[in-house]
Amino acid sequence: MAECVRTLGGRPTRVAERGATPKVPAWRLKALRALRAFFTPLMPDDYLELINPLWSTQELRGRIERIERETADAVTVLIKPGWEWEGHRPGQYLRVGFEVDGKHHWRAYSITSEPGRPDGLIGITPKLRETGAVSPYVVRHAKPGTVVRLGGVEGSFVLPDEVPERLLFVSAGSGITPIMSMLRSLDRDGGLRDVIHLHSARTEDDIIFGSQLQQLDARHDGYRLEKRLTRRHGRLAPADLEALCPDWRERESFVCGPAELLDALTLHWKQEGGDPDALHMERFQPIVGSGDGEHGDGGTIRFLKSDVGGESDGTTPILVAGEQAGASLPFGCRMGICHTCVGQLCSGRIRDLRSGVVHGSEGEMVRTCVNAPEGAIEIAL
Amino acid sequence: MSVTESPLARLSTDQIEEIGREFAAIHDEVFSELGDRDRRYIVSMIEMHRRLVVLSRLVLLFARAKPAWVAGTATLSLAKILENMEIGHNVMHGQWDWMNDPRINSSTWDWDSASTPAAWKHSHNYVHHTYTNIRGKDKDLGYEIMRIDPHQKWNPIYLFQPFYNVLLAAFFEWGVAFHDLDMEALRTRQKSRQQLTRELKGMAAKARSQIVKDYVAFPLLSGAAAAGAAVLRRRGRTEALRAGRDAFRATLAADFTANVIRNVWAYMIIFCGHFPDQTYTFSEEEVEDETRGGFYVRQLLGAANIEGSALFHVISGNLGYQVEHHLYPDMPSTRYGEIAPRVKAICEKYELPYNTGPLFKQLATVQRTILRLALPGGSPRPKPGPYRGEPTADAAPDPHDLAAAASV
Repeated sequence: MAECVRTLGGRPTRVAERGATPKVPAWRLKALRALRAFFTPLMPDDYLELINPLWSTQELRGRIERIERETADAVTVLIKPGWEWEGHRPGQYLRVGFEVDGKHHWRAYSITSEPGRPDGLIGITPKLRETGAVSPYVVRHAKPGTVVRLGGVEGSFVLPDEVPERLLFVSAGSGITPIMSMLRSLDRDGGLRDVIHLHSARTEDDIIFGSQLQQLDARHDGYRLEKRLTRRHGRLAPADLEALCPDWRERESFVCGPAELLDALTLHWKQEGGDPDALHMERFQPIVGSGDGEHGDGGTIRFLKSDVGGESDGTTPILVAGEQAGASLPFGCRMGICHTCVGQLCSGRIRDLRSGVVHGSEGEMVRTCVNAPEGAIEIAL
Repeated sequence: MSVTESPLARLSTDQIEEIGREFAAIHDEVFSELGDRDRRYIVSMIEMHRRLVVLSRLVLLFARAKPAWVAGTATLSLAKILENMEIGHNVMHGQWDWMNDPRINSSTWDWDSASTPAAWKHSHNYVHHTYTNIRGKDKDLGYEIMRIDPHQKWNPIYLFQPFYNVLLAAFFEWGVAFHDLDMEALRTRQKSRQQLTRELKGMAAKARSQIVKDYVAFPLLSGAAAAGAAVLRRRGRTEALRAGRDAFRATLAADFTANVIRNVWAYMIIFCGHFPDQTYTFSEEEVEDETRGGFYVRQLLGAANIEGSALFHVISGNLGYQVEHHLYPDMPSTRYGEIAPRVKAICEKYELPYNTGPLFKQLATVQRTILRLALPGGSPRPKPGPYRGEPTADAAPDPHDLAAAASV
């Protein structure tokens, strides 16, 4: 399964590119504001950052404190946030900004640590994807001390405030990541009373958090881990549920894994009389790989600020498509040199009409005059 | 050998297309290589600027002492030059947007100058860089107040241009900010009154914060520090007040001087970019239906380089590579020097000029033109021939230069 990255569609107001606004004590903000006259057009922050980059009050940053290997191709990165951590609910995810070979990339990762760790660290557990831009760096090259940008905590795949008596977790591959935060939180708060966890991975060695899950199983009578090694036994099918967890209908269920698994279970719930409200799912979407076709068929464009939709046949630049749809967009040279037309790509990928190269990642500033959509895109213009 | 006819006229359509492809290939190659090395450079420049600012402001707390005043003013001037030229100008060109860094980005950057980023990006990145040296369209050709090209119609007001030329050099940032407002667009109704009001408000806010910083906040800080120190040393009230007043004045003078030094430097570099004798200007007819290749050739002919050391190139924002900058305005400035040999090779291959010269030579030709064209008449200066490889001839005096100077 590909690296777990969620597309962040349908968020017109939030600009993905920057980090979250940190929770800074009011007196400090007041002091910084009072000193602004000395630093304009920069902020006092811009100078304080020379001493410690975590002191920025304009965006939340964190420092990598430790990197722990989980499997041959997955590591847990423990990050110390620069300011007081706003907190998260087990199961939520976080956008993290890494700098790889000079370029800045945002990726969303499930938080694998439980809320309120005494050391104040938060953990994410990326899995290697050879063709990715970020995961090879994080898994192989990132070092403690590296400063990363932190975005907001998001996601509605969370444990309810009042923990249900009986729980069923179904996870596959790196789908374990949000569930690990839930399990750790339940473990700490005595919530592992009647929990069945079905987890599938290719081999024993591929199980992320394998030994920790094993320990939970050993320590708690109320937690039962059912492992499924797909290389040997094939993928988990909904029909297996009857044998592994016959009372699934009476449990609050949390599922995270590839789309096929989620679709199969949704159908199963519907057909076999499960309560759809008791089925919670996290949909992971793999990144669309680049170069998967030279066709350039264009796509639809959502202009979020103008609130209009446009369409390109693959040769029409985003700018022209927007103008045809009635949006009033910034433009200058119309040939890719002056950067007057840049807008922030919020989702989707684009094709550079000059080189034919498909590129673009969420949050990137792109020139609308020389790029066409490659599939559906959203742009903050 | 000297020619005044534009080389654009003798190139065939196919040749122009080929030139376009060759120039585009350099761009693509550099952009595919950009990485950590480039990022480290701009980040270190930004950090150096901030360190220089802190250092200069600390030293200027003691501005009453002559050596501190000189050292502080020099450091602050250097910081302002670095910030405007190598950092501000280039970041706002989008040269570092490829890093996808939310802070070092053309859409969010602001600079220590009177121009608001939005207005400057429009008048510079769009109008000037798109219509470079097209008479009537490139509003930087004389900035609408000077006669810098003999094709411009003479007007008695130009008799004063040698004088306001000097004023413009000293207060260049304000000239640029006013120029960005583009009053001509208002006259020709390309710009609405509301838009002008909005721009004026933005400009006023920017001007206020710049003036408060340099002429109120820091002088007051120095004044308070000096007066406070006098009180601590149990000096009398009059003496403390005098110390405060002197420190205030000395810091104010230092800030003013630093701004003027930065302005004169920016003026020199920028005027040498397009106004030396070597450059061509173009009529709108000449560039009708211009292709990408034609665009590159026009940029090549319309810009002139300044020769200098590595340090010179840093403090001129690499605009000593004006030719390379105009070919690729969005390319990180550090790469200009690296690609210069390849640009020269294209010039040699297609028998095109590669305009360059030492700073004072370039500046002298610009000033001569400003003086000459204050009066009616004048004709285009003779142009250098095609670039013919690394010259040994460059060392020898150029006879055309002397002849041309005599014929003015």
